[in-house]
Amino acid sequence: MAALPVPALASVEDAIAAFTGGAETGSGGITLSTPEIAENGNTVPVEVSAPGAVSIMLLAAGNPNPDVGTFNFGPLAASQKASTRIRLAGTQDVIAIAKMADGTFMRASNEVKVTIGGCGG
Amino acid sequence: MAEGVKPRVKVPKTASAGEAVTIKTLISHQMESGQRKDGDGNVIPRSIINRFVVDFNGQNVIDVTLEPAISTNPYFEFEAIVPESGEFTFTWYDDDGSVYEDKQTVDVS
Repeated sequence: MAALPVPALASVEDAIAAFTGGAETGSGGITLSTPEIAENGNTVPVEVSAPGAVSIMLLAAGNPNPDVGTFNFGPLAASQKASTRIRLAGTQDVIAIAKMADGTFMRASNEVKVTIGGCGG
Repeated sequence: MAEGVKPRVKVPKTASAGEAVTIKTLISHQMESGQRKDGDGNVIPRSIINRFVVDFNGQNVIDVTLEPAISTNPYFEFEAIVPESGEFTFTWYDDDGSVYEDKQTVDVS
C-alpha cells in the first residue's frame, strides 16, 4: 500500500465520493476543532463531534495520502465525538465528513497552519 | 517490526448505571507512515496500527480505521455509556498481524 504522490485534490474528492457514495454533503451538525496554528505537524490534536452520526471520516487535503481515519460509533458510544492526534505535511485544510443516521452527509473543514511538516522526507 | 508496544487506557473504576464516561487510550507505536526514507534514500516500509476497536460486554462502543496520517503513539479520547457492571475490551490491530489487547472493568454501584 505504498502511497504514491498523486494530485491531492482529486484524491480528496475521490475519498469523499467513496465515503458518501456520491451524495451531496450539507453543512451544520458537525463540529471540527483544530488548532489555528500547529507548530509541529507530527502531532496535531483534532476533535470532531457530530451528534447523531453513524461514522465520521477525517481527511487531510494536503497530505501525500489524504486519508486520516474513520470513526464508527457503536450502540454504547455516549456521544458521537472523538479526539485524536494526526500528522499534517504542511499548511492545509482538514476535512471531516459525518454520515448521519438518516443517510445524509455533513461536512466541515478547517485550515491548519503548520510550521514544521510531519511526513518526514 | 513493532517493538515495545504498550497500550495504556484510562477508564473510571466506578460509574452509575447509564452514565457516560470519558475514556482515553494511548498505545506506544512507531506508526511508520511509509513516506519516510532512511539514510540511503530507501523508503522505510509502512508499519502502522490500522484498526482500533472498543467493546463493552460484547457491545461495540467505537471502531476506528487508522491511516498513516495518525500520529506516532495513537491517542484516542471518546465517551461510552456504562449500562451495567462489566468490562471494556480494547483491541488494536497491527499491519504485521499482531493484535494488542487491554481490558478494564467498571463497577456500577
